[in-house]
Amino acid sequence: MLNTKNKKIVLIDSDGRRVDGRRPDEMRDIKIKVGILENADGSAYVEQGNTKIYAAVYGPREVHPRHLALPDRAIVRCRYHMTPFSVEERKSPAPTRREIELSKVIREALTPAIVVEQFPFSSIDVFVEVINADGSTRCASIVAASVALASAGIPMRDLVAACSIGKVDSVLVLDVTDIEDKYGEVDLPFAMMPNRGEITLLQLDGVLRLEELEKAISMATKACKEIYEKQKKALKEKYVELRKAIIEGGKT
Amino acid sequence: MIPKIKRRQMLDMLSSGLRVDGRGLEDLRPVEIKCRSVNNAEGSAEVRLGKTLAIAGVKTSIGTPFADTPDMGVLIVNAEFLPIASPSFEPGPPDENAIELARVIDRGLRRSEMIDLRQLCILPGKAVWELWVDIHALNHDGNLMDTSALAAVAALLTSEVPKAMVNEKGEVIVNKNEKQKLPIKCIPITITVAKIGDKLLVDPCLDEEEVADVFLTATFVDDKVCTIQKRGEKGLTEEETLKCLRVAQRKARELLKIVKEVIGYG
Amino acid sequence: MPIYVKDWDIVVPGEVLAEGEYIAGPYVYKDGNKLMAMAIGIVECKKEVIKVVPLQGPYIPKVGDVIIGIVVDYSPTTYILDINSSYKAILQASEIIPPQRNVLAEDLAKYLDVGDAVICKVVRFDKYSDVMLTCKGKDLGKITEGRLIKVNPAKIPRLIGRKGSMINLIKKETECKIVVGQNGFIWIKGKDSNSEALAEKAIRKIDEEAHISGLTQRIQLMLQLEKGG
Repeated sequence: MLNTKNKKIVLIDSDGRRVDGRRPDEMRDIKIKVGILENADGSAYVEQGNTKIYAAVYGPREVHPRHLALPDRAIVRCRYHMTPFSVEERKSPAPTRREIELSKVIREALTPAIVVEQFPFSSIDVFVEVINADGSTRCASIVAASVALASAGIPMRDLVAACSIGKVDSVLVLDVTDIEDKYGEVDLPFAMMPNRGEITLLQLDGVLRLEELEKAISMATKACKEIYEKQKKALKEKYVELRKAIIEGGKT
Repeated sequence: MIPKIKRRQMLDMLSSGLRVDGRGLEDLRPVEIKCRSVNNAEGSAEVRLGKTLAIAGVKTSIGTPFADTPDMGVLIVNAEFLPIASPSFEPGPPDENAIELARVIDRGLRRSEMIDLRQLCILPGKAVWELWVDIHALNHDGNLMDTSALAAVAALLTSEVPKAMVNEKGEVIVNKNEKQKLPIKCIPITITVAKIGDKLLVDPCLDEEEVADVFLTATFVDDKVCTIQKRGEKGLTEEETLKCLRVAQRKARELLKIVKEVIGYG
Repeated sequence: MPIYVKDWDIVVPGEVLAEGEYIAGPYVYKDGNKLMAMAIGIVECKKEVIKVVPLQGPYIPKVGDVIIGIVVDYSPTTYILDINSSYKAILQASEIIPPQRNVLAEDLAKYLDVGDAVICKVVRFDKYSDVMLTCKGKDLGKITEGRLIKVNPAKIPRLIGRKGSMINLIKKETECKIVVGQNGFIWIKGKDSNSEALAEKAIRKIDEEAHISGLTQRIQLMLQLEKGG
């Protein structure tokens, strides 16, 4: 197998715990904040362990350059970008091939949820900045971007939730960290519309039997439903808090 | 732009299990593999899937290994969608589609461990073989992904690289007259399944690609899957996903047989 | 026929609102048997119809809408206006320049310059053309005084209220003239700066609290308290 020379690193200990103490099917804590970038039409900040991401949505707005506009729907554009200081060794700020591919797959993970037909000749622009990377950045980006889209009031069929599945020391694990990605056997980024049961991102990098893959997908599906609840809570939070404040203020 | 009438006709035909070019849903187009046509390359292959044509060439050079893998050779995959292949391709650096294709093929080669990169180490930490796999689309009639992946694999299978040794002074000496095959461990096979309406079909041609909602590309090795890439701006249910993979697995077995027959490997 | 929400509930995209024979109103769609929310907003149920009133969102032009635009450019015969939407709007110069004059011979900037705000009405909008405006009519035309504020276009229905109840309340209490642009721009002209400020404060409060029931009472209370103090 690949990385056999690195097998000295124990990714699952004798108690079945992972490097950071999690069980295989345990997610890191996810914090989602809505609407912190004031200039954007919608925005979100997601913290998943040490993976930290800002997402902003601009639009629907006029398309520049104009020839890209479509007469029957909005175009969705996405830029996934890592800050130079987000990784151990400084990364050049110029977009890498990896970032270009990830921008594409993130866009394709989000677009199925957006009701693009409502905005002909317009563009919906999604910007994702990875501030600190510790695995699963593309999934956390999708979680953040989908909340940012909803908070911009853009009509969507569902939110898109995302998580990664890995295989380390022959065990399938949920929500892969950087070290598990580097030394593990498999990385499987996954996104879906949880209420519609539609998978919108599926990538696999590593060897799996089809039965294992089936298990990985059902693990990911379950996790996405939990993430959806967190996205929902975060979106409602700012309105619910205000409502509470007003009702309590009314009493005094 | 594909005319609406054509789209409707395609959907009508598909509902009764027929495809525009007369194939069944799970039929590959005829495969042609022509190896070693490029004399100056260490290995090369022209692959035709129906009317889609791609060429892959392998060049080698000696370079320094990556710091985290000091005893492994380096594999680099690049793809170009040049204007020669389609009226819709424009000159310029690879766009997101070409980059995605190259990276998916790269992952397939890497994760299947087709090539034992350790054997491409000449002097640990100092000198290793670099394998450059360049893929050029020559005619685009759909499914450049599988065509290019097969071309890359066939080019690597038939590559012969010079021998390199280290002399007493610790210098790397390349003997261009003595050539050897690459250390091949297995043959990865890439298969793309497209979804149109509620139908899943293998090896989409260009017309089908333009109508398709979503694609699933998977690379198989020893009957296991080692790379998946969902493409396109729509989604798939879990059931559809698994069905796609089972179909792809069957087709990968079939294509592997063809490759072995043509190239005479194994 | 289970229903999982009630009036004034806040919902997000994908939330299942009900199952069965309900009718999907605006920003609600049916997926098989399920009715699902299509935007972040407030639920309104009327008999079998379930709708979601968005809390956020862009302005989508509609013929007949009164809107306020800002001149951003002009060509020999037209003005181009930013109307807080993804579509540019066109105002023919002939709408502004007196009919006895030759449009082509006039300096358009003399009538409307870049940066000017104009109250207009949408006369045409379809997939194939820009938004066409007119500024001929009662209360339409260039704004030169008062104050212009901007709120989220999704809040405009709440600002107007049922049959204009909310906006009329503010007009009455502040004695201001107010034009509400459907695109989120609002023009206020009062007898003095204080009354304009009060009207603006009320409108800002609606923008922030539009999703909480009892809005009219709160606004009424606020206006009376401020005036009394």
